[in-house]
Amino acid sequence: MTTTANPPPRQATPAPRAKARPGDRIFSWSTRTAGVLILVVLAGVAAFLIVEALPTFQADPAEIDGGEGFFSYVWPLVFGTLAAAVIALIIATPLALGIALFISHYAPRRMAQGLGYVVDLLAAIPSVVYGLWGIQWLAPRVQGAWAWLADNLGFIPIFTGPASATGRTMLTAGVVLAVMILPIITAISREVFLQTPTLHEEAALALGATRWEMIRMAVIPFGRPGIISGIMLGLGRALGETMAVAMVLSTGGFTWSMVTSGNNTIAAEIALDFPESSGLKTNTLIAAGLVLFAITLAVNMFARWVVSRRKEFSGAN
Amino acid sequence: MTVDTRIPAVSSLAQNQLPRATTPVLLVLSLAAGAGLSAALGFSWAWFAVFFIVLFAVVNTTVSGVVEGRRKATDKLVTTLVYTAFGLALIPLISVSWSVVDNGLERFGADFLTTSMRNVTGLNDQQAVDGEAEFIGGAYHALLGTFLITGLATLISVPIGLLTSIYLVEYGRGRLARAITFFVDVMTGIPSIVAGLFAAALFAVLFGVGTRNGFAGAVALSVLMIPVVVRSSEEMLRIVPNELREAAYALGVPKWRTIVRVVVPTAISGIASGVTLAIARVVGETAPLIVTAGFTSSINSNPFSEWMMSLPAYVYSQAMRPLSGSVPEPSFDRAWAAALTLVLIVMLLNLIARLIARLFSPKTGR
Amino acid sequence: MNLSIARRRLAPVAVVGAAALVLAACGSDPDTDNGDDADSTETEGSGGDGGSGETESDLSGSLNGAGASSQESAMQAWIAGFQGENPDVTVNYAPDGSGAGREQFTSGAVAFAGSDAALDEEELAAAETACGAPAVDLPLFIDPIAIAYNLPGVDNLQLGPETLANIFNGTITTWNDPAIAADNPEATLPDTAITPVHRSDESGTTENFVEYLAAAAPSVWTHEISGDWPAGLPGEAGAQTPGVLQAVDAAEGTIGYASAAAVGDRTTAAIGVGEEFVEYSAEAAAAVVDASPRAEGRAENDIAIELARDTTESGAYPIVLISYTIVCTAYADANTGDLVKGFVGYMASDEGQQAAADAAGSAPISPDLQAEVQAVVESIEVG
Repeated sequence: MTTTANPPPRQATPAPRAKARPGDRIFSWSTRTAGVLILVVLAGVAAFLIVEALPTFQADPAEIDGGEGFFSYVWPLVFGTLAAAVIALIIATPLALGIALFISHYAPRRMAQGLGYVVDLLAAIPSVVYGLWGIQWLAPRVQGAWAWLADNLGFIPIFTGPASATGRTMLTAGVVLAVMILPIITAISREVFLQTPTLHEEAALALGATRWEMIRMAVIPFGRPGIISGIMLGLGRALGETMAVAMVLSTGGFTWSMVTSGNNTIAAEIALDFPESSGLKTNTLIAAGLVLFAITLAVNMFARWVVSRRKEFSGAN
Repeated sequence: MTVDTRIPAVSSLAQNQLPRATTPVLLVLSLAAGAGLSAALGFSWAWFAVFFIVLFAVVNTTVSGVVEGRRKATDKLVTTLVYTAFGLALIPLISVSWSVVDNGLERFGADFLTTSMRNVTGLNDQQAVDGEAEFIGGAYHALLGTFLITGLATLISVPIGLLTSIYLVEYGRGRLARAITFFVDVMTGIPSIVAGLFAAALFAVLFGVGTRNGFAGAVALSVLMIPVVVRSSEEMLRIVPNELREAAYALGVPKWRTIVRVVVPTAISGIASGVTLAIARVVGETAPLIVTAGFTSSINSNPFSEWMMSLPAYVYSQAMRPLSGSVPEPSFDRAWAAALTLVLIVMLLNLIARLIARLFSPKTGR
Repeated sequence: MNLSIARRRLAPVAVVGAAALVLAACGSDPDTDNGDDADSTETEGSGGDGGSGETESDLSGSLNGAGASSQESAMQAWIAGFQGENPDVTVNYAPDGSGAGREQFTSGAVAFAGSDAALDEEELAAAETACGAPAVDLPLFIDPIAIAYNLPGVDNLQLGPETLANIFNGTITTWNDPAIAADNPEATLPDTAITPVHRSDESGTTENFVEYLAAAAPSVWTHEISGDWPAGLPGEAGAQTPGVLQAVDAAEGTIGYASAAAVGDRTTAAIGVGEEFVEYSAEAAAAVVDASPRAEGRAENDIAIELARDTTESGAYPIVLISYTIVCTAYADANTGDLVKGFVGYMASDEGQQAAADAAGSAPISPDLQAEVQAVVESIEVG
């Protein structure tokens, strides 16, 4: 009994063939202009990135950091970026959905409002603070856990020892990122869950569904696009986060292990090296930024594809 | 699992139900058993929590599955999981908040909020720690800068973002709308430093090399803020029931008035939440602001000329490059206090957003 | 009814407006008594928006500089002292980094730059175009780099250049290695594993440190010299100076390098110079600068220094960072020129050097060098 929520407005509202009112025309024009403006800004950013990155691709490979050309410079960073973001998403998504459901459907109403408020606030804490928290509070506490992983699960490549003595590893950075994106995913999922038409929920309950069945059949299908939006926003932040990763992670060369020091993300590399860089190194860093841009593009395309492929199963739209 | 062979003439609603007290009793039992097990291993809170939750989830689900059937059992398992997720997420969240409040209160106060850092040096800090002089130096200049820069960024981003999301939901079809939707997603992935460099380059072209002021910072922040506003408002506008629009059209209300008076107000709570989120996203940005708005320890209240400080840049510089290398504690205290200020600002904004949401949103069943 | 709606809707606007007004009204500059009270005769209360009636200074306006973050705390001290003498002046310094600082200076975006490296030829040419006259590097900030380690029970560690290079190389992995024992005949060394800690960001501190390793232990340290730590070496990394020190504090057996001013009361190693071992100190750092030759082929007033890392001079501490202040030799804008002359002149004065030493822990430059810099500053053409 998949719910049939609102069909998308764009199909349901064929432009009435009545006379176009000036108010309508001005309004639709201004919304369109705003949209186009965004495209222009993005084009500007892309043009800036490409122009600034170009010297890297024309330069002699031996002059790039590492001496073996741009590709071998950037791929460990790409790996690190994706690894950190994936760890963060794996941790944050289930937790965030859990909190969102708790606030929207489990907690008493009064408590829920307060909690929603607190979670929103956490999105505001500057990343420097998350970085400080990661170094001072988190790293010493998880160091033992990572050492345990390295000792007992060391045969899995990502847990190969020896574990870092200070605990400032990729896994720690992933946890910090997860905490940072938790409020983002939670806030958006919560709002969408709260907007589920009450009728759908009541209908499901009236048919004898348990609370979970009601959520599975009415709330989640209705909110799926919203959940994915939230995850995408979270992912965007996780991919582009600079300061927290730069402060928490003990950066270094490529390694499969997530529990030793090493690896780095593109955004953190830019933040760490940009200020003191000059000449070709600057161009190389911006080219790395361009790669990050491309990764985001690819990830978004993939997400769109997933959403559109599953469209027929989702309640909304 | 037992197979029910009885004739279902007896009320099937009343049978196969566990007494209400089952869950609390199991909870207490699991707590005790968890404590016992973890004590046997040498007590630690982590093991205690793990044992307790696993025990409770397994026992509660099994008992319910045996007596009440699979559906109820699943329901109980999910309830346990949701509560666990919530509890688990609280640990870091509370810990981060506690760090900010606990460390921040050390220096936070009227003096901190109303004085700048002009002419404060490491020497003052050393004297303050030695007890020879008063502790001086606050974040007023940064607070003012953050207010002005973020305010300007909001003024730029919210209209553009909201209008774009209205276009996407209400008007957009075809290529342009698809392109905008897609590229807005891409825009969420712009690294913040790139946005800053882009804004700095733009202002260098428009107003001459080396132009740095609050407004340039606001433009950089807008690049980061707009996609968040668009994405969240779009989501909220999309779930406005279509019946509302149709009802308005049926009454002869022009489309734009329908949008302004019906669609947007219905979604305003979500939109306000999204805008707060967007502000929260950028209010803590450091790198793009240093390259666009500059860095100063003096007060500047004009966002259109001269350099301007911001709270995140203040936090960053105090935390990473203490005024006095040998006595860094006063600087660290300032950094935490400024972080606390930042959180309080967002709290205030959040309150305002909620106020707006409450004033404009129509009364609904929920 | 309508009125009440209007009132309700305006309420949040009013709240924000009121908050903004309150905010705008109640801020002020702190009441500092410092700046020049170290050894200056007159101390002026330094309210920012000074009623300039009683000041002798006729300088006013604002001056912007950008560059090395290593200089930031010293720069704050110089700015405070200079603004204390000239209440109508505002000096800003953006700690964007040396590279960014040089780039902004050579494109004319800022009036002066701070940099951990002198301008290279390309940058000198660009700066000459931007200034309309040659630009010069003035060494006004000398910061010894200390080797801090965390090894309870071992206090007076002595490390020769090759031992040090081998430790950071990852060749020496435990503290009781024979090479360390040879440098420290009297110490009892544990078999703790060594974790070298380096900067994860690109920095002048790293560049100067590896420059030293490459010069003093050329057979051991064969990595490329740059501000980026060589990839592939073992150890931990920390962001900025506090990050390195935090990592050193976090685990036993760690050893790292950091600006001496920030090291505080952590244990530090004495470095082998010639036959002796030298602890870092301001005098020892200034000594190596004086013993070093000038870089060749520069403009006549330029004071770029080619540090003698492999010095065997007694009492010189070879691991130092020199951060330059880069200025034009002529400024078209008279006010900017006057401000630069005044400010850089103050930086080079006894007072200025002492203020930086007190606040930031830098090593004051020697009187000879001071006089030389003052002469260059005097020769800056204005207008």
